[in-house]
Amino acid sequence: MKARVHVMLKNGVLDPQGAAVRHALGAMGFDGVEGVRQGKVIELDLAEGSTQSDVEKMCEKLLANTVIESYTVEMS
Amino acid sequence: MRAAVVVFPGSNCDRDLAVAFEQAGAEVTMVWHKESELPQGVDIVGIPGGFSYGDYLRCGAIAANSPICKSVAAHAGRGGYVMGICNGFQVLTETGLLPGALLRNAGLKYICKTVGLKVETSASDYTNGYNAGDVVDIPIAHHDGNYFADAETIAALKGEDRIAFTYTDNPNGAQADIAGILSDNRRVLGMMPHPERAADAGHGGTDGTALFRALAGALTTA
Repeated sequence: MKARVHVMLKNGVLDPQGAAVRHALGAMGFDGVEGVRQGKVIELDLAEGSTQSDVEKMCEKLLANTVIESYTVEMS
Repeated sequence: MRAAVVVFPGSNCDRDLAVAFEQAGAEVTMVWHKESELPQGVDIVGIPGGFSYGDYLRCGAIAANSPICKSVAAHAGRGGYVMGICNGFQVLTETGLLPGALLRNAGLKYICKTVGLKVETSASDYTNGYNAGDVVDIPIAHHDGNYFADAETIAALKGEDRIAFTYTDNPNGAQADIAGILSDNRRVLGMMPHPERAADAGHGGTDGTALFRALAGALTTA
């Protein structure tokens, strides 16, 4: 089974990389991009029987820094 | 003063930090990250600058979960001294020994230059060789030094006099111009600038020397 973890900077935490991407898009002529937030996706191959709660513990302990980041977990 | 300097794969200021401790009179042991115990009788643990584990995942995140960091946390829990510089500061926030986090510099660029630091408090064994309000010249060299914490944490750091150093001209977007902070027992220091790179006449400046001397003074008489 697989899990996909999305990690994003929390709202209110400055995302200078997202801001730079937005500026670049504007400079390339893509109008109307009002905001860009950049995060990361982490894919995990898991042994059968692993649970969403296992992955959430991994997020809390390592995959995300919850001081600045939020995460969502998709199991499939 | 007995010091241990932790070495991770990717640390690159470990030997500079060891030399700065030695010049202040310390006996220094280098400790590889896979060790699970600190040497007996260590007074202070130095977590050096560099790019531990290639900054993979987040700066300091993998290092914070390495075997030696459990011992470092236990040492701090017993009231031991821990000093994290640059990547070491990132490691200390990732372990939770210090609050907040270090974000990408607001200008997105890696910055390597000497900056002015204002000493915000002399009430710690790291900073009592300075006077509060002194401005010292110390180099920075980082890509992720933009200190972030929520408003309550910033207020607590200010209220408890736990901001050790601020930038006189904020280079990286850090909240409240914060360059270095102390733990609540004032024995854990994290700072982005590199005092060990301003600790010898050959470095072009010696404003960092007072920090190591103050520490040696506190830990030798203890």
